Amino acid sequence: MSIQEFLIPLLAASVIAGTPILYAALGELITERAGIINLGVEGIMLVGAVSGFMVAVTSGNPWFGLLASMMAGGAVALIHAFLTITLRANQVVSGLALTIFGTGLSGYLGKAYIGIPVENPFSVMPLGPLADIPFIGPIFFQHDALVYISYVLVLVIWYYMYHTRPGLNLRALGENPAAMDALGLNVFYLRYIYVVAGGALGGVGGAYLSLAYAPSWLENMTAGRGWIAVALVIFALWNPWRALMGAYLFGGIDALGFRLQVLGIQMSPFFLKMLPYLFTVLILVFVVARHKGRLSTPGALGLSYDREER
Amino acid sequence: MNRLTFKLEKRLTPSPVMVFIIPLISVLLALLLGGIFLVLTGEEPLTIYLLMFEDSLGSKYGLTETMVKAIPLMLTSLGVSLAFKMKLWNIGAEGQLYMGAMAATWLPLTFPYLPVYLMLPGMVALGMIAGGLWALLTAIPRAIWKVNEIITTLMLNYVAILWVDFLVYGPWRDPNGSNFPITASFVEAARLPGLGNSRIHTGLFFALALAVILAIVFKYSRWGYSINVIGSSERAARYAGMNIKRNILLVMFLSGAISGLAGMAEVSGIIGKLQHGISPGYGYTAIIVAWLSKLNPLAILIVSILFGALQVGGYAVQLVGVPATVATMLQGAILFFVLGGEVFTNYRVKLFSEKGEDLSK
Amino acid sequence: MNQSLIQLKGIVKQFPGVLANDHVDLDIRPGEIHAILGENGSGKSTLMSVLAGLYKPDGGKILVDGVEQKFRSPRDAIACGIGMVHQHFKLVEPFTVAENITLGEKGNSFFLANKELKAKINELGNKYGLEINLNAKIWQLSVGEKQRVEIVRMLYRGSKVLILDEPTAVLTPQEAGELFENLRRMASAGCAVVLITHKLNEVEAIADRVTVLRQGKLAGVLEQGQINAKEMVRLMVGRAVASKYDRDSSPVGGIVLELDKVNAFNDMGLPCLCEMTLCVREGEILGLAGVSGNGQREMAEVIAGLRRVESGKVLLNNGNISNLSPRSIIDLGVAYVPEDRLGMGLVPELNALENLILKNYHQPQYSGRWLLKSKAVERNAETLVKQYQVKISSLHQPVKVLSGGNLQKLLLAREISSSPKLMVVIYPARGLDIGATEAVHKLLLELKTRRTAILLISEDLDEIFKLADRVGVVYNGQLTGDFPVEQADLEEVGLLMTGSCSTRERVNDDEPAHI
Repeated sequence: MSIQEFLIPLLAASVIAGTPILYAALGELITERAGIINLGVEGIMLVGAVSGFMVAVTSGNPWFGLLASMMAGGAVALIHAFLTITLRANQVVSGLALTIFGTGLSGYLGKAYIGIPVENPFSVMPLGPLADIPFIGPIFFQHDALVYISYVLVLVIWYYMYHTRPGLNLRALGENPAAMDALGLNVFYLRYIYVVAGGALGGVGGAYLSLAYAPSWLENMTAGRGWIAVALVIFALWNPWRALMGAYLFGGIDALGFRLQVLGIQMSPFFLKMLPYLFTVLILVFVVARHKGRLSTPGALGLSYDREER
Repeated sequence: MNRLTFKLEKRLTPSPVMVFIIPLISVLLALLLGGIFLVLTGEEPLTIYLLMFEDSLGSKYGLTETMVKAIPLMLTSLGVSLAFKMKLWNIGAEGQLYMGAMAATWLPLTFPYLPVYLMLPGMVALGMIAGGLWALLTAIPRAIWKVNEIITTLMLNYVAILWVDFLVYGPWRDPNGSNFPITASFVEAARLPGLGNSRIHTGLFFALALAVILAIVFKYSRWGYSINVIGSSERAARYAGMNIKRNILLVMFLSGAISGLAGMAEVSGIIGKLQHGISPGYGYTAIIVAWLSKLNPLAILIVSILFGALQVGGYAVQLVGVPATVATMLQGAILFFVLGGEVFTNYRVKLFSEKGEDLSK
Repeated sequence: MNQSLIQLKGIVKQFPGVLANDHVDLDIRPGEIHAILGENGSGKSTLMSVLAGLYKPDGGKILVDGVEQKFRSPRDAIACGIGMVHQHFKLVEPFTVAENITLGEKGNSFFLANKELKAKINELGNKYGLEINLNAKIWQLSVGEKQRVEIVRMLYRGSKVLILDEPTAVLTPQEAGELFENLRRMASAGCAVVLITHKLNEVEAIADRVTVLRQGKLAGVLEQGQINAKEMVRLMVGRAVASKYDRDSSPVGGIVLELDKVNAFNDMGLPCLCEMTLCVREGEILGLAGVSGNGQREMAEVIAGLRRVESGKVLLNNGNISNLSPRSIIDLGVAYVPEDRLGMGLVPELNALENLILKNYHQPQYSGRWLLKSKAVERNAETLVKQYQVKISSLHQPVKVLSGGNLQKLLLAREISSSPKLMVVIYPARGLDIGATEAVHKLLLELKTRRTAILLISEDLDEIFKLADRVGVVYNGQLTGDFPVEQADLEEVGLLMTGSCSTRERVNDDEPAHI
């Protein structure tokens, strides 16, 4: 098998495998840029996956499922927003509670849907002439609609954050909410918006798994992808383009696993499955150690904002 | 039209009354919310709750099972609480439990003819060391480079579980086990004795002893004092001359060791072998238990029993077609309400009328 | 007759445990420079925060141009033309000046600062004579420059009333002078300026009128002709205040602390101490003046073992303590009272018992092999609290509830009771009212009589001249100027603080480096 025959499908598979992580990471990215850390991504993805699946199966239309997953993800994130922004609860514990709750909730709701096929999953839609470009075509332009949307999303988020006024405000929100408050911006309201929006994106990430990647519903089908997304935001240094590259890198590790056997490398399937997690740890350590702890973390990340705090 | 607004005003000191009442109310509210949810999904909440209660706390068998489930929960929660005291977010109790179980298993599989007075202590030691080392792997980057331990401990959970899978599907698989992913059953000498004829094993004493030790350490000991300071303000601790790095390593190691002990106790006291899925998520539930108990070791014992009951109840309702995940949901909901309720201990809610009058005076 | 631009009537503001504003009135006229004078804790910052929309008053009215307003947030206040420049700048460090100025702006463009906006800002700057570089990043600017950005930001938003909270706290005397010139220009251009301060000389220098607050209440308003120091102090404090202390004049002893060409890096990795050399003797107070940010904090940390010495030596009684662990240095008799009282010097969530043994809990009098000796700990706390007159309702309460003055007394109690050979203290009276400041100063003078060497780092030249035997100036990580207090001249010290060379001592013979 030539390098091309091996590499191109691998890279294409990387994109697909990385897309759910990308959505979740983008969601977490904007949440953290607003200054709130949401560790409930794993639970949100699962809730998004199951609700998207349920609605898609019932209605026969995957786009309704997509919408449902966004609403479900946003709704669950709203709990986190209420607890951490209005009630000033500890963000770490609240996020963990969300993961546990979301995992349980999705398992509960999805029980009846295990093993049921979805009639109309998101299917591959080659993008006309773009799909025919040698090398690049098959890697990026022969996928389903949600992948294409994710490309646009990265672009939109990048432009929003760095080239528009509300985006500037978003970045400032996570750095110095007191400054934003003193300037008359409603810190609470804005944070609510971004946390819920982040949740909606997380839901989409989950829906991608159940409506395109698998497509099916299985309990705990995210298998830690939500957590990888959280880690990804850190070593993407809170930047959308780096998040994209990181997501595809992870997709690659995932996809590589299956393909190693083709190369004649025999490895226990368990070790192959370990790779993404080990990889996450190693990269995280590498990136943080290299910056000697002086990461460009949003300055006020994880802290509750209280205007009258003396 | 009278418009009421409420405002949160920070209290000078947390209200002691609230500290006690809030967890209670939270549990009740969570059950209430769960009840509403069950109704919405077409179930009968009262029947289900009654069934859960009966089968977990209302019968001798139920109580036994509840205690059985409570023991690993107690241990992992104690381990987690030690780390949390120093604001080290050890989410890896699950993996540390698995590694402890694995290491403990190695001894009877390799040296099945050891006498019990060497076998059991050996298993305890191996279990604790393995759990401790697994935690240490994440403690080192945390101590030296401030790498976030939440993610690293969590990732290692998945690795540990897969590692055990590898062993029980592969080299450690019982040749006489009809191809199930299990090891050979442990010899008698490798089994923790039970209380009387019940399934409740000596792991319970480990838990009780550790709870007492930790309670004393936290409240009265030198080391407990320094952990308190470091967890409360790392800057002040450094200023005071305390060795932060060393304490991070030590605390994480011990935290992992205690969870490793939980793993050893599970395979030795209950399961009798190593297999796929030895824990239904004790390491994660431990986090809820520890937080609910406000990191108080004695409270942890009690809350563990409650959550053990929840778990057993969850299994029980499966028989009437309700997924066991209802227990997980309730656990999450309880934590939500506790978190939300904490605001009342730290803040006072004041009501204002439209004119700006303080109505709560 | 000048119509009032702003009127505050009967403002009440309550915080847990303290009534910060007790029915306070205020009257601001257009184009005037109005000072709000009071000691720390008098309620002046709170009152202004109410006016700026940050706090909602519990009672009273705000009138702008005669119309009653209710501010739900700073946005409403800004919309009424009221802008506040805080003591702690509300700037986003990684962003540029232009980004910070246009931050949080309503409406206008969805897209970012373009040429039009930049031109508008520059125009404003020229009108008031405020120079700023729109493309610089905030973290690169000096404190005075950052303050200017804050001011321009408020002007850009159309402020007719500019409130400045203790603006000279972070400026050298020269920069303060420049600021005042700018303020006069702004006032004559129609902008009203409200100056929150506790410094009498500032009020005398620049204010048209002054409102004096004392313990949350309005003490009095002085018109143009009535402003003098004696009258202001009487209103501020209600009694006479010592302007000089009786000082012990016994001779100093041998050298206790010596810094020999010490080099160190700050948190950004940039050099903050450059061949720093100084010495402090037994029973001597060396007062180091200098604008914050010239390496003072880092120097204290180097001495305490909390920061690496890259090269050079730190000597304690001739022994090399460079880069020893903080604990060893504590055990050798070095005490350190940091500027960050409640985040570093004391643990806010722990109580007084626990805080008072923070540094010596491991010593045999307080702990056995494993357990703490709670009786000894309690006795220690009771003794110290009494001896140092710390007002505290319970030894078991978290110390964060204590007032600034009592926190400092608690800190000093702990550090002094360890009978140190060397005490390093930074900005000891910052944020304290006159009574607490006196108490703290007396404690330091008393420590001096016990032959401890004291390194006093402060921005308050008044404080330094009151306490120090020798005066030094820190600029850019170096000691520029070192003379006995009798020979020190206020203006010269002020110049040295900005980096100009004194006529007497030249640091560099090549360049006078005037800024």
